[in-house]
Amino acid sequence: MENSILDNIPKLPVAQYMENFMDYLTTVLKPLFDLIQSFSEVIMEGMTDLLLLVPPIFFIILIAAVCFFASGKKIGLAVFSIVGLLYVQNQGLWEDLMNTITLVIISSLVSVIIGVPLGILMAKSKWANTIVTPILDFMQTMPAFVYLIPAVAFFGIGMVPGVFASVIFALPPTVRFTNLGIRQVSGELVEAADSFGSTGSQKLFKVELPLAKSTIMAGVNQTVMLALSMVVIASMIGAPGLGSQVLSALQRAQVGTGFVSGLALVILAIIIDRLTQKFTK
Amino acid sequence: MPKVTVENLSKVFGKKEEQALKLADQGKTKAEILKETGATLGVNNASFSVEQGEIFVIMGLSGSGKSTLVRLLNRLIEPSKGTVSIDGKNISQMDKDDLRNVRRKEMSMVFQNFGLFPQRTILENTEYGLEIQGMEKTERRQRAEKALDNAGLLAYKDQLPSQLSGGMQQRVGLARALANDPEILLMDEAFSALDPLIRREMQDELVEMQDKVNKTIIFITHDLNEALRIGDRIALMKDGEIVQIGTGEEILTNPANDYVEKFVEDVDRARVLTAENIMARPTVLKIKQDGPNVALRRMEQEGLSSMLVVDDSRKLYGYVTDEGIAVSVKRQEKTFDKVLRTDIPTVGRDTLVSDIFEVIQDASTPVAVVEDGKLLGIIVRSHVIAALAKDSEVSL
Repeated sequence: MENSILDNIPKLPVAQYMENFMDYLTTVLKPLFDLIQSFSEVIMEGMTDLLLLVPPIFFIILIAAVCFFASGKKIGLAVFSIVGLLYVQNQGLWEDLMNTITLVIISSLVSVIIGVPLGILMAKSKWANTIVTPILDFMQTMPAFVYLIPAVAFFGIGMVPGVFASVIFALPPTVRFTNLGIRQVSGELVEAADSFGSTGSQKLFKVELPLAKSTIMAGVNQTVMLALSMVVIASMIGAPGLGSQVLSALQRAQVGTGFVSGLALVILAIIIDRLTQKFTK
Repeated sequence: MPKVTVENLSKVFGKKEEQALKLADQGKTKAEILKETGATLGVNNASFSVEQGEIFVIMGLSGSGKSTLVRLLNRLIEPSKGTVSIDGKNISQMDKDDLRNVRRKEMSMVFQNFGLFPQRTILENTEYGLEIQGMEKTERRQRAEKALDNAGLLAYKDQLPSQLSGGMQQRVGLARALANDPEILLMDEAFSALDPLIRREMQDELVEMQDKVNKTIIFITHDLNEALRIGDRIALMKDGEIVQIGTGEEILTNPANDYVEKFVEDVDRARVLTAENIMARPTVLKIKQDGPNVALRRMEQEGLSSMLVVDDSRKLYGYVTDEGIAVSVKRQEKTFDKVLRTDIPTVGRDTLVSDIFEVIQDASTPVAVVEDGKLLGIIVRSHVIAALAKDSEVSL
């Protein structure tokens, strides 16, 4: 092949830059990361321990009751949750289930706490919108495995880096849907709120957020499901739970074990998805 | 001193604001400015004043800048140039806090599509303006309930806007605006989304209300008939400019330029009235629910000699006369099926008044206005004669 002029440009050391940057961050911010790591570790372990304190039978009844009332006293989801959870308990995966629930709940909570205000900011400021949109694109399209590397660098291995990676992966829908929900509020209603002399926060809390609620909750539902889908990937950096069972089955080519844990994840996913959908209506 | 004074008010949408304003001052038209700068001249050099207690109508076709102009008054849209003053206070120079205060206390707005908050009940909508002023709950409830009561809507206070008809929703919109007890009401095409009968009713109510509470009302519309009906004075807009200000009479008889003249001519053509314009709301009997006794009683009460009969979906069945009903009552019948008469003349909503006149001349009953078998309204002889009389007045 002919020598093209492009071949004369030396290869840019992008990988090296990124590495240097990460090294720099890890050294400079080490105390901060350590603090977050130990603090979060305590909370998450405490939460799992608390969940494990509840005898499985009570837990199952409680979830079934919540499903029953949340779905308007229909029996379908409740029965499904009883059968499903009994299956998980029967297969000896109860502790893993609790670990996974902790991971999902904490990741989703952090995502919502960061995501909703960020979405509001994007809806209000063109400037924020221009900056944040490409970052969200980046977060959503960069393969999730790549987040694992800085997660380990910052927080070592275990549940905390798992949550870190899950949040990055699961955050964008909440931000995008919040932004969309607020922008979708009809112009006339915004004008009505303004014309009566609402302050910015009155307009936000009394008009915009209530009207954007169902859109925002659709985003939160997506966030929860994405956090759940990160469970297996996060287990690669030592996050405990159902994912680690799937991972070890994968590494040893045990089809049976893999199916058992995978099915447990599916059951959890269905219960969480239906429940969050019910609560958002 | 006038209540509201507007001086040289302009609004340019787009980037080259200064340049566009300069071109406008040189007398370039809206189209020329758009071509040269890419900026749209929304309102150009509007000046007028509105007296306390006046209903001032700003009228123009769509795109004439009337909705922009009304939003410049409370600065929902920031003016590019010029001043707006209320009682001599300059709104355009106010900081945010003062402006908010003016919006809270002095001017309220009513919107074309009502602008009611769908998640709030009627009462919660009505008290919104008071709520954001930080008024205590019991007091603001009381005032909101009073405003609803005045509008005859107190019974609906716990319903959501979507459960009410358009006319009722706009009454809520008006009640909400009045709950603040503002001195100025801005009404942006407030009745344009309503059907013709309700619309006329609301226009009458507005004028009636105005006599009682004596607010200053600035009313935007694209409908000259509406403007003539409610306006003390009318400003006619075209391409962002006010082309004439005057009473309805002045505008009709002495159009300031060709545009106004054409507009008024158009109206004359529109004055070729149809059934829809002159029909009244009928008092009806329901075929399933009502019997001869109910019919007789209601005829007595409302002084009617005949009534139309419909079913729940307003499908027209016919009519009953007082004589027929009297017979039916005497025979102690449970329904008035036997005395129901079906020989009622009907017309469509687009039938011209002159044609209706021919129908109604030979009829002993009122004429029903129907569409797809459904009853829309009723026309009696006096309606037609009044309409014809008005028509000839205009053509004099």
